[in-house]
Amino acid sequence: MSSEPIPRPFAVLAALAAALFLLPLLGLLVRFPWSDAFGALASPEILTATGLSLVTSLGATALSILLGVPLAVVYARARFRGLRVIRALTTLPMVLPPVVGGVALLVAFGRRGLAGQWLDSAFGIRIPFTTAAAILAATFVAMPFLVLTVEAGLRSMDRRYEEAARSLGADRWTVFRRVTLPLVAPSLYAGAVLCWARALGEFGATITFAGNVPGSTQTLPLAVYIALESRPEAAIALSLVLLLLSLVVLVALRDRYLPTR
Amino acid sequence: MTLRTAVLVAALAVASCGGGAPDARSPTGSNVPPRGTLTVFAASSLTDAFGRAGDELTRRYPGTRLVFNYGSSSTLATQITNGAPVDVFASADEASLQKVIEASLVEGSAAIFATNRLQIAVAPGNPKRIASLADLARRDLLVVLAAPSVPAGKYALDALSNARVSLTPASQELDVRAVLNKVALGEADAGIVYVTDVRSAGTRVTGIEIAEPYQVVARYPIVTLKESKNQRLAALFVDFLLGPDGQRVLGDLGFTRP
Repeated sequence: MSSEPIPRPFAVLAALAAALFLLPLLGLLVRFPWSDAFGALASPEILTATGLSLVTSLGATALSILLGVPLAVVYARARFRGLRVIRALTTLPMVLPPVVGGVALLVAFGRRGLAGQWLDSAFGIRIPFTTAAAILAATFVAMPFLVLTVEAGLRSMDRRYEEAARSLGADRWTVFRRVTLPLVAPSLYAGAVLCWARALGEFGATITFAGNVPGSTQTLPLAVYIALESRPEAAIALSLVLLLLSLVVLVALRDRYLPTR
Repeated sequence: MTLRTAVLVAALAVASCGGGAPDARSPTGSNVPPRGTLTVFAASSLTDAFGRAGDELTRRYPGTRLVFNYGSSSTLATQITNGAPVDVFASADEASLQKVIEASLVEGSAAIFATNRLQIAVAPGNPKRIASLADLARRDLLVVLAAPSVPAGKYALDALSNARVSLTPASQELDVRAVLNKVALGEADAGIVYVTDVRSAGTRVTGIEIAEPYQVVARYPIVTLKESKNQRLAALFVDFLLGPDGQRVLGDLGFTRP
């Protein structure tokens, strides 16, 4: 396969675009504390933050699958007044500044929030400053990625398999479980990985809604931010670790985002 | 006249007759009014004070514009040492400033332009009846502090250790305004902030005094950065803060004189 000629201005701009992404990566590699990477990364607070990040990001992904798949089914299949508005509103966190999301979560689920007030008085449940809050914040910003991906999968699948299964006497739940779900499995997988990656990187909504509590809400991105002030080499080491994790995500989804031709 | 003398004269003029209107500038020289944009990085506890100081200064010198970046002093110091384009840095502690000085980015020496004291911010009317630092250790209270890397967090820990109180904060916020907001929103029962933060929150929080032996005094240094492209305006701003008008603005908001 030979390269097509690219107009020169395009080549220059394309190189600039690539440099925008490659230079920060290079910067991290250059400043990475190679000699003492283990020492920089093995501190107790960073190990705690790593464990917590796994818990919150996987928790958010699980919650997103549990709630997001049904939502995607509704969006792809149901027709009722106001559906488009609700769909737009639930997609909003994808473009909303995460801090705004955090403020919105506070006024909804905070101690004086719309739902939070009631949760507190009825059950004594207080969400802010807990790991549950960190999971909720991550779910808020990450679930739309799963919902939209699964919805697209549902819209593009061949409905005739479902009709065939129905005509052979399968009930709706069986059809969904045995026919629909396997057919949209690639979308569900891609959506879940995207959702997990977004949850792992979540900062703004977490710091606003869940606060910065070492051991219960101080996830890796928060630890990077805090470390940047006191131990910059640890922040750089951690940043590279997060970057490598993101790379793993991208490679895992290569069929979707890295076409190999 | 060289630019340097012009700066000096203008600075002296403002320092000596700070209360003056625009025409009260130097009798001898610089009739060229200061122009341009000044970028100021300031501790988040200075948000209101610098907002007002900036308004007064731009009213006095219409050709100028002030751009503020507020945050925890430690974050700002990190941003500056990593090359943020800044003219003036006002820190809530000397340790953060030290980082910038060590990177030899500072022009001249630092001046302390204000001091501040700590208070316990609680819900309006103090429904949980919090009277002292010792009360903050109560099990039924949700207490937030600034992170220990943030000046306000460090001062709060100093005060708590002065009072021999140990507590686990419900959250370690990234700057002192975040602590204040968590109390104002009712998410936390109490937080240790500056007197000036409590005052700026108006009726949204109540301030509880910290007993004198445990009190910690925060000193705010201000410096001009070597890199500054507008040393003249930077000097004007610093001198304004040190002069009577700046001190009045700061005093109105609860800061004390150094």
